[in-house]
Amino acid sequence: MSGVLLSVEDAVVDLPTPRGNLRAVDHVDLAVDAGKTLGIVGESGCGKTMLSRTILQLLPKKAKLSGRVMFDGQDLLKLSPEKLRKLRGRSLAVVFQDPMTSLNPVLTIGTQLIETIQEHLELGLAQARQRSIELLAAVGIPAPEQRLAQYPHQLSGGMRQRVAIAVALSCEPQLLIADEPTTALDVTIQAQILDLLAREQQRRHMAMIIITHDLGVVAGRTDEVAVMYAGRVVERAPTPLLFKQMRMPYTEALLAALPKLDAAPHTPLPAISGRPPDQTRPLKGCSFSPRCRYAAGRCNTEKPSLRAEAPQHFYACFHPIAAGVDA
Amino acid sequence: MMQQVSSDPLLKVENLVVEYSVGGKTIHAVSDVSLEIARGETLGLVGESGCGKSTLGRAVLQLRQAVSGTVLFDGHDLAAMQGDSLRKMRRRVQLIFQDPIASLNPRRRIGDIVAEPLVISGVKDPNKRKQIVSDVLSAVGLDPALVSGRLPHEFSGGQCQRICIARALVLNPEFIICDEPVSALDVSIRAQILNLLEEMKTRYGLTLLFIAHDLAVVKAVSDRVAVMYLGRLCEVGPSEQLFATPAHPYTALLIEAIPVPDPDIRPTQSIPVGEPPSPIAPPSGCRFRTRCPRADARCASEVPELRMVAPRQFAACHHPLI
Ligand SMILES: Nc1ncnc2c1ncn2[C@@H]1O[C@H](COP(=O)(O)OP(=O)(O)OP(=O)(O)O)[C@@H](O)[C@H]1O
Ligand SMILES: Nc1ncnc2c1ncn2[C@@H]1O[C@H](COP(=O)(O)OP(=O)(O)O)[C@@H](O)[C@H]1O
Ligand code: SF4
Ligand code: SF4
Ligand SMILES: [Mg+2]
Ligand SMILES: [Mg+2]
Repeated sequence: MSGVLLSVEDAVVDLPTPRGNLRAVDHVDLAVDAGKTLGIVGESGCGKTMLSRTILQLLPKKAKLSGRVMFDGQDLLKLSPEKLRKLRGRSLAVVFQDPMTSLNPVLTIGTQLIETIQEHLELGLAQARQRSIELLAAVGIPAPEQRLAQYPHQLSGGMRQRVAIAVALSCEPQLLIADEPTTALDVTIQAQILDLLAREQQRRHMAMIIITHDLGVVAGRTDEVAVMYAGRVVERAPTPLLFKQMRMPYTEALLAALPKLDAAPHTPLPAISGRPPDQTRPLKGCSFSPRCRYAAGRCNTEKPSLRAEAPQHFYACFHPIAAGVDA
Repeated sequence: MMQQVSSDPLLKVENLVVEYSVGGKTIHAVSDVSLEIARGETLGLVGESGCGKSTLGRAVLQLRQAVSGTVLFDGHDLAAMQGDSLRKMRRRVQLIFQDPIASLNPRRRIGDIVAEPLVISGVKDPNKRKQIVSDVLSAVGLDPALVSGRLPHEFSGGQCQRICIARALVLNPEFIICDEPVSALDVSIRAQILNLLEEMKTRYGLTLLFIAHDLAVVKAVSDRVAVMYLGRLCEVGPSEQLFATPAHPYTALLIEAIPVPDPDIRPTQSIPVGEPPSPIAPPSGCRFRTRCPRADARCASEVPELRMVAPRQFAACHHPLI
């Protein structure tokens, strides 16, 4: 199977807050093809989670959403709550940053896996149990049979995240959304979990969205990257192109802020000064302008729109980084 | 074997053993660790979650009693000190925690939080306290007039970490243990805080023990790096040397696990699956052997001693990579 599996069209999410309306997602367009991986990158608070909740139709009750989310030919905004719930367990799965968000603390690992499987697939108890054991083994949990009787709190953070992945994979979803699945974990466990996701994705020909604040995490593991800032997608390109010809100053700044392995100790890091803007007080100009070292002229008065440079490379900037400059 | 770094180190930890007892079982959190930190040096300490990094830090500060071993700070045995002299010594050593928000009292104002160590250590003049607090807040990049009267929940994680750093600096210490100060922060704020720590180090003439699980972060700020696994020290050496030529298989594994922002470098899939074994019953011989690609029979029977593998570089391995 190929072709577009998910498309988000002109999504806008508004959240009422005591400080006024907060636009968490601002006119976002995205598409993910079957079997492909999209990375969504940006600092904390820039709208990554709200965008993933838009796709999952799991926004806070008070949120106002406009736009369209098409998944496998269906308009998710038009589905009944019942149909949506079925879809989420079955074809559209999610792994959150904190595995305890997806796991139930009072149920054993086995109960959670078996119930999920039986709810969505027509399997008997023995078969569902067998499948649970296979899944736990597939995600690298030693002694999977014994684990079925354990509770989430009896496992380490890395093990819990593996279990959450096993639950997410249990019904062979077509799309898996992993929202900062490794941010809370050690680097070695992070590498293992990312390898695990990549392996399972290939095996199952599943599409995946990996959300992270670390460009290092998406570099070798995604087909396309969308960079978000203040609720908008500000640059989007196939991964190799993005790293070769970064055009958006924000993307460049995110990359520069990572510690470099080849730099001598005590080399100051080019940090991005300040913080993302308060989204209840939208700026008139480019949202990145107060922190951007290239800001000039219209940047402070006008919003750059997302435009295509090459057919697949989009960015929103008045003074893009010149092609060929090393990032 | 001792990795002597100077004839007069600021901190010298010798054969430190720290254990916890849980439900009648012993957790071997720190087992026979020795290290030194020279004056003005930053020693990075890395290892996976649960390997004993924080326990080591707490034992150095005497916040946790060691089973055996010694901690010499500026030549003084901290465990043997009591009362006034211990309090005086404590002022010279401070701690910064991983979770900046949780480590600030939610009901107290920032000005009072930062002033608290001054109150405890007996600075009575409120104007003097105010001046010192205002100086350190400015030093960490916060506007004292704007922040002093506010509560912690009004600040982001990065700003809370700045406040914690200010609080640690307020007594003008010589040595700060930074326990994963940036693990909870995202890439851009992490860079700001790392730069700030470096600046403060120069400005206040500090010596640092910098704890983290991310070797790339540790390398950015450390002169030397010590690698820990399941309570034991695996390797210690100058940062660049350790990166270029790791001797211990575990150090090599940690280096390989760092995500590289280059799409041409496909992540290798060679990291052994699994997590460290339980510190209640650590493996015999080398504790890393259950995940080590080079393990053999000797590794199961004999504990590898830390020995020199290159100038200033020491590793505890029977079959080092160099
Ligand atoms: N108060 C305590 N009581 C019992 N066991 C403890 C206590 N504190 C720590 N431990 C155990 O001691 C070992 C070392 O813990 P420590 O907190 O020093 O690890 P760490 O390297 O700092 O880990 P992390 O990266 O997760 O902070 C672990 O097995 C931990 O579960
Ligand atoms: N339940 C909520 N109510 C109001 N505002 C929210 C809520 N959740 C998130 N926000 C705000 O929406 C914006 C985007 O948040 P989020 O999607 O969680 O960002 P990210 O996942 O990129 O860190 C932020 O300004 C955040 O403070
Ligand atoms: S539009 Fe202007 S302020 Fe915005 S990123 Fe581009 S150069 Fe910077
Ligand atoms: S002593 Fe043996 S098991 Fe331990 S790290 Fe060296 S080779 Fe591996
Ligand atoms: Mg999020
Ligand atoms: Mg710790």
